[in-house]
Amino acid sequence: MSAFFDILLGGVFHAAVLFLVAAGLQLIFGVQKIVNLACGSFYALGAYFGVSAVAFAVSVGAPAYLFLPILLVAGLALGVIGPPIEALLRTVYRRDEAFQLLLTFALVLMFQDILRFFFGANPQQLGDMVMLYGTLSAGTVLVPTYNALVIVASIAIAFGLGAFLKRTRFGRILRATAENREMSQAVGVNVGRVYATVFTLGTVLGTVGGALVVPTAAASLDMPVELVVEAFAVVVIGGLGSMRGALIGALIVGMMRALAIRYYAELEMLAIYVVVIAVLIARPAGLFGRPVE
Amino acid sequence: MRIAAVIAALAALAVLPQLISPYYVTLVLPAFAYGIALLGFNLLFGYTGLLSFGHALFVAVGAYSAAVLTAKLGVKSLEAIMLVSALAAVLVAIPVGLLSVRYVRIFFGILTLAFGMLFHSFLFKFYNLTGGDTGLRVLRPSLFGFAFPNLDKTSFLVGPFYYYCLGLLAVMGLVMWRVVGSPFGLQLTAIRENRRKAEYLGVRARLFCMIAFAISAFYCAIGGVILAVNTGQADPDLAYWTHSGELVFMTVLGGFAHFFGPLVGAFAYVFLKSQLMSVTEYWRFVMGAILVVIVVVLPRGLIGIAHDAWAKVKRS
Repeated sequence: MSAFFDILLGGVFHAAVLFLVAAGLQLIFGVQKIVNLACGSFYALGAYFGVSAVAFAVSVGAPAYLFLPILLVAGLALGVIGPPIEALLRTVYRRDEAFQLLLTFALVLMFQDILRFFFGANPQQLGDMVMLYGTLSAGTVLVPTYNALVIVASIAIAFGLGAFLKRTRFGRILRATAENREMSQAVGVNVGRVYATVFTLGTVLGTVGGALVVPTAAASLDMPVELVVEAFAVVVIGGLGSMRGALIGALIVGMMRALAIRYYAELEMLAIYVVVIAVLIARPAGLFGRPVE
Repeated sequence: MRIAAVIAALAALAVLPQLISPYYVTLVLPAFAYGIALLGFNLLFGYTGLLSFGHALFVAVGAYSAAVLTAKLGVKSLEAIMLVSALAAVLVAIPVGLLSVRYVRIFFGILTLAFGMLFHSFLFKFYNLTGGDTGLRVLRPSLFGFAFPNLDKTSFLVGPFYYYCLGLLAVMGLVMWRVVGSPFGLQLTAIRENRRKAEYLGVRARLFCMIAFAISAFYCAIGGVILAVNTGQADPDLAYWTHSGELVFMTVLGGFAHFFGPLVGAFAYVFLKSQLMSVTEYWRFVMGAILVVIVVVLPRGLIGIAHDAWAKVKRS
């Protein structure tokens, strides 16, 4: 029984982080119609910057148990890179998708060396800070409090994002722009500003995801390119552009991973992609995607 | 005019080994390999308008087939190796293509990326079959039955193997030239311009995309065999999605709208990368910046620049 809960919690924790990145990917795709290969780079940047921010805060005397809020702030602060990158992408909005994809691929290449330059080639870790928060226990099931907090935070962000998109004025404007860019522009929406905001929001989801995962996993230079693969699996399973799809896709991929790691590690990525391909054969647009033609 | 330029380029490549040091000659070999692979890749991307972000898969199929054939099964004839590898790639391409060509645009790109990564994780994790992260060794093949036993590795590569690859590039280039000029090639272009309209006119879009996909896999596998023979190694990074990205990068660098663009791109990319790597450890950043400039300012690539320059010369 406890093995079952271990797998469940491991899977849900991974899904929580994956959801944040995938949500950023979906948001940017939904509105700007750009598939952002650099989502993994933002995630890795969040992870590295989070380690540095916590190390810096501790060195100037902040108590170590504050690391969770510090990580969150570090992730949010990285939103500043959103607007300049959006300004670069703006040059290709009207171009062929091939160019849009390639431009984000160029960002992946550049970020690879930006990370190497600022943080070095060696993986970086936060040490045992997770243990500062202790563990929660229910019977024989033990879960680090930190992991539980991240899961809760991710659920809160999911609901917050949903409420923001559904109920606020800006959320409605955003969905209208996603639906029909020209029409929104015609009725007076400042599309440029919407795009810049959406891209920044998508970036922040990625950087916060990276910052939150770093107490449990080392930040490394392989992170950006490896995460893209998982995030893509999530959005393909869930359906491109769908937030609900991101959530369900993240849960599927997270659970598959946890199961594979436990029982047959060779199958980790392979199992995920078998699901991807199975979904695509049965439902070409993904579980929650709109049919494409 | 165009024929004269091609003959001049081939002649220049033929005398190149006499002029430059063996080190630089070994740099030209990957350019030949990528040139062949991209000829096929661009049939799909430039002519049919389908951007694959997973074609490194077929390069890896070629390289691993070469490894298995030479090191495990003792097949030494390069012609047999290329034929078997390319057919293996086509066999893989049929199911992958059938599922992928149902999609267009970005969905096609993501799906092909997924298949590429599926193959990568297979190569990476099934250590007993594939050698895991270290990959497999590729032994030296024989060319038309000649094994060249008295040549060491470098003199084999810069000597007979170099000319073999040059000839291969010329032949495969000529074949592709005939393909894109054939009714089949023109129908692919029609699919790119307007798939629905082409279908109304009786073009069997999905079937033709499928055939283009299989041809591109064939070419990529041959490129993979040459890459693997050159390095003596087949490793899983060949199938990684960033390698697929490099293939797209090369094609756009040269200019995907032109038949010779990918070839120019392959040579420019290989040369640029090796030069940058010898100058700075941050070569990826510079390559990324170059890609940004190409995408934003020079979408027609190096061929486009040459075209404009030539037009200017003619006018003055």
